[in-house]
Amino acid sequence: MEFDVVIGLEIHVQLATRSKMFSGASTVFGASPNTQACLVDLGFPGTLPVANREAVAMAARFGLATGGEIARRSVFARKNYFYPDLPKGYQISQFELPIVSGGSVEVAVPGTPPRQIELTRAHLEEDAGKSLHDAMPNATGVDLNRAGAPLLEIVTEPQLRSPEEASACMRGIHQLVTWIGISDGAMQEGSLRCDANISLRKPGDAELGTRTEIKNLNSFRFVERALHSEILRQADVLRQGGTIAQETRLYDSGLDTTRPMRDKEQANDYRYFPDPDLPPLALEPGFLEDLRGTLPELPQERRARFRSDYGLPAEDARRLCESRAAADYFEAAGKACGDMQLAARWTSGELAAALNRDGLDIADSRVSAGDLGVLLSRLRDGSLSGKLGKEVFQAMWAGEGSADDIIKERGLRQISDAGALEGVIDEVMAEHAEQVRQYREGNTRVFGFLVGQVMRATRGQANPQIVNELLRKRL
Amino acid sequence: MNNLQTPGNPKPAEDFSDEELLRVAQLTRLGLEEGEKEELISTLRRIIGFVQVLQQLDTGGVEPMVHPLDLVLPLRADEVTETDVRADAQACAPDVVDGLYRVPKVIE
Amino acid sequence: MIDFSLCGLRRALDAGDIGSVELTQACLDRIEERNSELNAFLTVCGETALDEARRADAGRAGGGPLAGIPIAHKDIFCTRGVRTTAGSRILDNFVPPYDATVVERLAQAGALLIGKTNMDEFAMGSSNETSYAGPVRNPWNLSRSPGGSSGGSAAAVAAGLVPAATGTDTGGSVRQPAALCGLTGFRPSYGRVSRYGMIAFASSLDQAGSITRTAEDAAMLLDSMAGHDPRDSTSAERDGEDYSGPLQGLKGKALKGVRVGIVKEFMDEGLEARCRQVFLDNMETLRGLGAVVTEVSLPRLPLSVPVYYVVAPAECSSNLSRFDGVRFGLREAGADSLDELYTRTRRAGFGEEVRRRILVGGWVLSKGYFDAYYLQAQRVRRLLAADFTKAFETVDLLAGPTAPAPAFGIGEKIDDPIQMYLNDVYTIGASLAGIPAISIPAGTVDGLPVGLQLMGRPFAETDVLRAAHAYQLETDWHRLWPPGASAPVGEA
Repeated sequence: MEFDVVIGLEIHVQLATRSKMFSGASTVFGASPNTQACLVDLGFPGTLPVANREAVAMAARFGLATGGEIARRSVFARKNYFYPDLPKGYQISQFELPIVSGGSVEVAVPGTPPRQIELTRAHLEEDAGKSLHDAMPNATGVDLNRAGAPLLEIVTEPQLRSPEEASACMRGIHQLVTWIGISDGAMQEGSLRCDANISLRKPGDAELGTRTEIKNLNSFRFVERALHSEILRQADVLRQGGTIAQETRLYDSGLDTTRPMRDKEQANDYRYFPDPDLPPLALEPGFLEDLRGTLPELPQERRARFRSDYGLPAEDARRLCESRAAADYFEAAGKACGDMQLAARWTSGELAAALNRDGLDIADSRVSAGDLGVLLSRLRDGSLSGKLGKEVFQAMWAGEGSADDIIKERGLRQISDAGALEGVIDEVMAEHAEQVRQYREGNTRVFGFLVGQVMRATRGQANPQIVNELLRKRL
Repeated sequence: MNNLQTPGNPKPAEDFSDEELLRVAQLTRLGLEEGEKEELISTLRRIIGFVQVLQQLDTGGVEPMVHPLDLVLPLRADEVTETDVRADAQACAPDVVDGLYRVPKVIE
Repeated sequence: MIDFSLCGLRRALDAGDIGSVELTQACLDRIEERNSELNAFLTVCGETALDEARRADAGRAGGGPLAGIPIAHKDIFCTRGVRTTAGSRILDNFVPPYDATVVERLAQAGALLIGKTNMDEFAMGSSNETSYAGPVRNPWNLSRSPGGSSGGSAAAVAAGLVPAATGTDTGGSVRQPAALCGLTGFRPSYGRVSRYGMIAFASSLDQAGSITRTAEDAAMLLDSMAGHDPRDSTSAERDGEDYSGPLQGLKGKALKGVRVGIVKEFMDEGLEARCRQVFLDNMETLRGLGAVVTEVSLPRLPLSVPVYYVVAPAECSSNLSRFDGVRFGLREAGADSLDELYTRTRRAGFGEEVRRRILVGGWVLSKGYFDAYYLQAQRVRRLLAADFTKAFETVDLLAGPTAPAPAFGIGEKIDDPIQMYLNDVYTIGASLAGIPAISIPAGTVDGLPVGLQLMGRPFAETDVLRAAHAYQLETDWHRLWPPGASAPVGEA
């Protein structure tokens, strides 16, 4: 490649609180316009912000989970600018003293070894509302339901080297924030949005090139595609001897290009200053200790444990840890049946296929981890054959009952009792004397036929291993 | 009141230029009219000159006093306490259509 | 004979000497009679006040300490269903769907809202001349300013239109008009009274206060106004105290052993000579009450005005961004673009002084100037506050004049903002430090009232109120009425 790519991300994560960052209005998505914007959110004169404890706790959880430093004292500041979806004419954010500094996240592009990407900071702020440009003719409509929703803005160091790595980073953060329960991660509702800073430079150059910022990328795919298209654009400009303007750009997914935002204030002066309505946020050590106690085992730790304790291959461990719900499911099913590898195979095989087919999250699985565990136990103790196991699973998925009920109802219990099978074998041998003769004369190929006949006589319930053994003995 | 008035007859601040006035007026969205600029700039220069006396003071190591009280931020429980106030709130609004605040078309 | 003070009216109402309807109607009559010349009220709530008065007389209003007593609110406090303008064209049509905490608490105490008083636009001014609704006139001399920004409240109380009114004090906006109108103006400690629903000018300085006839009345209002408010994150985590109680039974050498420090920096040639004499006489009165009066120095105090005129504009430039013509208030018609909507609305909606302060504030916060101006001012503010802390190690109260001279003429200073700003030098220090301060009537010069200011330690409201009350027990300045004015009830 002619240029090295340098990418940094600013990821806005909507925190999963019930109420807003600075008001008691609901954060539930999808309400009628402006029905969830209270007087504080609307910036009515004289109204004042009061900070949400849970949002603070969630930001601190993120800091703990990424190994960042959580400030004992951080400061809310006003970022001043005019926009119709910004009711007060300023956004309450954090500037000089954010709640979290440093830390890192593991980023893995499929097929390459994971890398640790360092975080610059993560800070709390309130969201703006939505400007709807197509809701009315020749005018813009403003819905302030989202105004004041709590956001955690996570800023990475410019250490990402490709669009793929950038989207993997966004995925990694998505996984982490849902894992530690601070966001619902609902991409389609805008719960995770990303601005990407990107610059190119000649390999070996020490200085970073001039960067552009692409705003409002709200899916993993768009991050990748927008960055690809911006790389091509910047490379073209540089190749022709041009210079890159430091500017904010928007990605047009229809045209698959980026274009500069039509904002007169490209070099905006936000006039940040500490919000006089909000004293400094001070966290007591006890608050952090309590939070640390509630922090779940993190994805990286869990992946490592799945590999070391259960002997799972790296790729399986990664897949099972894509979400905390999947990892929990797998471990519960494994513990219920006593065979982690078997549980791993079924969780990422039969179960994943069924979820995928019905478009369900694992949290909404029609078969619980415990029930799957029982089914897997039947496979392990030999009372169900592998083939019938799948049939039973599908019946469970269809809601026909527990594994044991279905096995019983359908009479699928595997027959491993030698006494019972010997009788059947005798009958089959009597019925097929010709094949018995051929076998005994050396035509061993008919063995399979005879096994098949036994299976047929038992409607598939015979344990094939035992049938094999007994038949060979009798022949 | 000599010592109190020391800053009373300040030198007008030279670094507040016409461009500065236009820049700040744009940032704060105050529409200026041609006729008022000259007088405004001379008044603002005097005001800024008046407050420049502060820069003579050595304040090394002094923490800015953003709040008069040494408070820490109170934190409220994460509870929904507000109900829908759209009807009341929008009764104050100059232009609302279908529950949306209407503004001139914004082009991003 | 009914004493037209809150305490006096409480006694008269309880004794049945007067009814709330009679009282309220008398006030409404006075407003009707005098408001066109004074311009003290922007909105009068006659019907609702009388309805409430009838309920109070029928005993259905509950028995709060202010039950049945009409009061006025400065038009900076949001009042549910009652137009609230902050003296600005931009809020000319604004009817808030909510009450400020102060309004709510005083209503709970039984007070009747009789109307909203004129003020400098967004409280930015010391003369009440920046109001969109025009200047207020001083009842002592109609060609003079009542001071500001709570000038409407001061004029209304001084002329006997209402027994008491709320005000707000950012840099002296309660104390200075009280001084210029011969009244008691009290600014509690920052954080003592909730700012919720009070239209913000400079958030780290704004504090709700009162304009009353006596210190006892100020205590009575504060009993109801003060106390922690979970809706204001800068509200002190303290319960309101009993402020009236400690004023009971003061007599004789009521200030025995109280150490009063004359602020040296106030006593220079900027103070009008006869006002200086009034002040020195006031100190003798305090000595006569047993106080130990000495002189103390607050060396950084002369910088308080420049500090204030950086910090207050900075905060106001941000606080006033919400007035953008989108969700409430004025929207100037004919804008084709968003930018035009903003600039046309804000140009039409804000007056000259407000625009000046927004520009100064925007500039001191902007890139390249933030540190040298805004942060530097806040650093000097801390040094200044430290001067106060140090002074309070040796004295219990600080004393000074409230204003350099009696009421000045309307139009006299408005063209020179810096001269106007310097007028605030006596009051701004306490605002920056966030300490309680009171101005009480202390004499006259040329027939115009002059105020004495007393300041106390943070949250030592009671020290300040006790000293003021002791002074008022000893003197009669607070009983003076402007020429031609009198109490609307109870005159023989």
